[in-house]
Amino acid sequence: MDPELYRMSVVLLTGSLTAAATALVGSFLVLRRMSLIGDAISHAILPGVVLGFLLSTERHPLALFPTAAATGVLTVWLIETLFRSRRLSEDASTAVVFPALFALGVLLISRIRYVDLDLDCVIFGRIEDVDRRPLILLGTDLGPRALWMLGSMFVLDLLLVVGLWKELKIGTFDPALAESLGLRPAWIHYLLMTAVSLTAIAAFEAVGAILVVAFLVVPAATAYLLTDRLWLMVALAVGFGIASVFVGYILASEPILNSQGAAAMAVAAGMLFGVVWLVAPRHGLVATLLRRRRLVKPE
Amino acid sequence: MTWLPEWVVLEGLAILGATCGAVGSLALLRRQNLLADTLAHAALPGICLAYLITGEKDLPLLLLGAAVSGTLGVWLILAIVQTSRLKQDAALGIVLSTFFALGLLLLTYLQNFPAGNQAGLNTFIYGQVAYLRGDHVRWMLGVGVIVLFLIALLYKEFKLVCFDPEYAQTLGLRRRLLEFLLAMLLVLTVLISLRSVGVVLTVGLLTAPAAAARQWTNRLSAMIVLAAGIGVVCSWIGALWSQNVPLTPAGPAIVLTASVFMLGSLLLAPRRGVLAEWLRQLAHRRKVRLENLLSDFYRLGEIRHVWDRPWSVADLAAVRGLTPDAVRRTLNDLEDAGLAVESDGGWQLTQQGLDEAARIVRMHRLWELYLSRRLDLAADHTHRDAEAMEHVLTPELVAELEAALEHPETDPQGKPIPRGRPLAENHERN
Repeated sequence: MDPELYRMSVVLLTGSLTAAATALVGSFLVLRRMSLIGDAISHAILPGVVLGFLLSTERHPLALFPTAAATGVLTVWLIETLFRSRRLSEDASTAVVFPALFALGVLLISRIRYVDLDLDCVIFGRIEDVDRRPLILLGTDLGPRALWMLGSMFVLDLLLVVGLWKELKIGTFDPALAESLGLRPAWIHYLLMTAVSLTAIAAFEAVGAILVVAFLVVPAATAYLLTDRLWLMVALAVGFGIASVFVGYILASEPILNSQGAAAMAVAAGMLFGVVWLVAPRHGLVATLLRRRRLVKPE
Repeated sequence: MTWLPEWVVLEGLAILGATCGAVGSLALLRRQNLLADTLAHAALPGICLAYLITGEKDLPLLLLGAAVSGTLGVWLILAIVQTSRLKQDAALGIVLSTFFALGLLLLTYLQNFPAGNQAGLNTFIYGQVAYLRGDHVRWMLGVGVIVLFLIALLYKEFKLVCFDPEYAQTLGLRRRLLEFLLAMLLVLTVLISLRSVGVVLTVGLLTAPAAAARQWTNRLSAMIVLAAGIGVVCSWIGALWSQNVPLTPAGPAIVLTASVFMLGSLLLAPRRGVLAEWLRQLAHRRKVRLENLLSDFYRLGEIRHVWDRPWSVADLAAVRGLTPDAVRRTLNDLEDAGLAVESDGGWQLTQQGLDEAARIVRMHRLWELYLSRRLDLAADHTHRDAEAMEHVLTPELVAELEAALEHPETDPQGKPIPRGRPLAENHERN
């Protein structure tokens, strides 16, 4: 295959899998009004990532998953514990926990220079390099690593969402009902948070910590403006995510923006949101303003 | 290299810590700390654009750009929340990520610029404490003084807007203007801290000292001053740490120090602290244990109509089904308090203990009567509630209960409500 074409298809496929995996769990974050938990987790797992690297003797890229996922769940637990102690608001609890963990991560990275972990790469990601980092298992080159990781993550998220559809749905819209039906909303909540953490780590390499929040929140929020049906919202979120990957890729192919594919994709997601926000038939800006005018001046 | 950071760095950090602490306190009460996070991210495209347009790396110009894009971000968040079904959290997430991504794109574009020397711009993302120089510190000082002066000048107005915006409006205060001013203070503070501690850690420096100060006081003025002080101390400790331990960047060191301060305050603060609450619970549990046993003494005496004989541990344990060991422990505590004495192989209340026991049973029965009369609860449904209330009723409340119930003689089950020491019956028996 033409190497340029190969590279392009790997980048687009990785991007699409990232967008799809994040949109699946992100839709539930937006509906649960926890959009910023994605932001918090994607920053706070940094110390877990470094720890994973330190603990694994061969520095295997998969080694960071357990510690990073544990750090992600720990972040959520810390925020909720602080909030439940009634000493801080939810807002302040979040704003105090994730910078602290992020600071710890940056400190660890700075002190342990020999770890092959580039802070820039962790934070911004380098989606255009995904074809250069292969997954080597038992001495065999299995192709781009990010593709494997995000592919498996997408499958896992899909299994979670499809398998626990009823639990997630009822737990999101009516936690009390979920509790009384024995659907264990607390367990589902932490399962979702684990999935968000794992997805964030998998997406780390491709899009970077800070842009994970764009992929988690923006397509799902865009979809939420268009439909009241949960399955349609999730499907639309996946669609918007993949669309922004393609639009972002085209944006980034402008030579001057060459090296920031992930950022371009996030900007594209924001642009798509902007368009939908303007024109959405019921929940859009124009529709809302028109409706308000009609209320002020009845015929 | 000395162990002490350069004076200009300490000076800059002091301004930064004080401003972040003070403004962070107001933000904490208005639950705007995550808004500050969004602001910090949203400033990036403005910084890059300002550089792109002017080609200058002057701090004030970059700050102006950052202020413009930060303000635009805040305005967009408000617009999204007001005109769509999305809530604040989603609006923050959208603006934060899109603006920051835009900033990254612009930064990359500047890197490709032939003559572009953007070395300074990167520091806005991670922050660079060592980068503090005389002219930066002068700007920080200027901005910091303005921010602190405004807080002092408009303290009363800000306080009202923080705690009760509707009331502030009815008083004729210009709520919108004040809220806008508060948002601007947040923007300015974020801006002067971006260069030193970076985008992500700015929100930590804004939140942790204020959250720590909140635990020590309920007064806003004290909280602001304390938070500013904690901010200064933490940033100095962080700077010292960074100066003396190799490979330690100052920004994370400062934020970690502040987080430790917050955690310590959460645990140790005298009234709101976790430790204090735990001790209070422990003391209350002890009080409940002692008072329950006192009332058990009373009930035993009442059933048998004798008040001055000792009771065996087994008798006392049988009233509530306690273990003899638990009863013995409580008896020892009662003895220490001078409320019970050991005699003839059993235990007996002292005069003081008897008074106390009568008081508790009296509160219990008054409350039972109150529940059954005022809430029409069945007589057998009032005991559990009264068990809890007998330990917390104050003398004032008891007096009010008495008056409300018109000085009753018996409780719903017909048992007498004790009035003082139950000696009269005792003498009758003898």
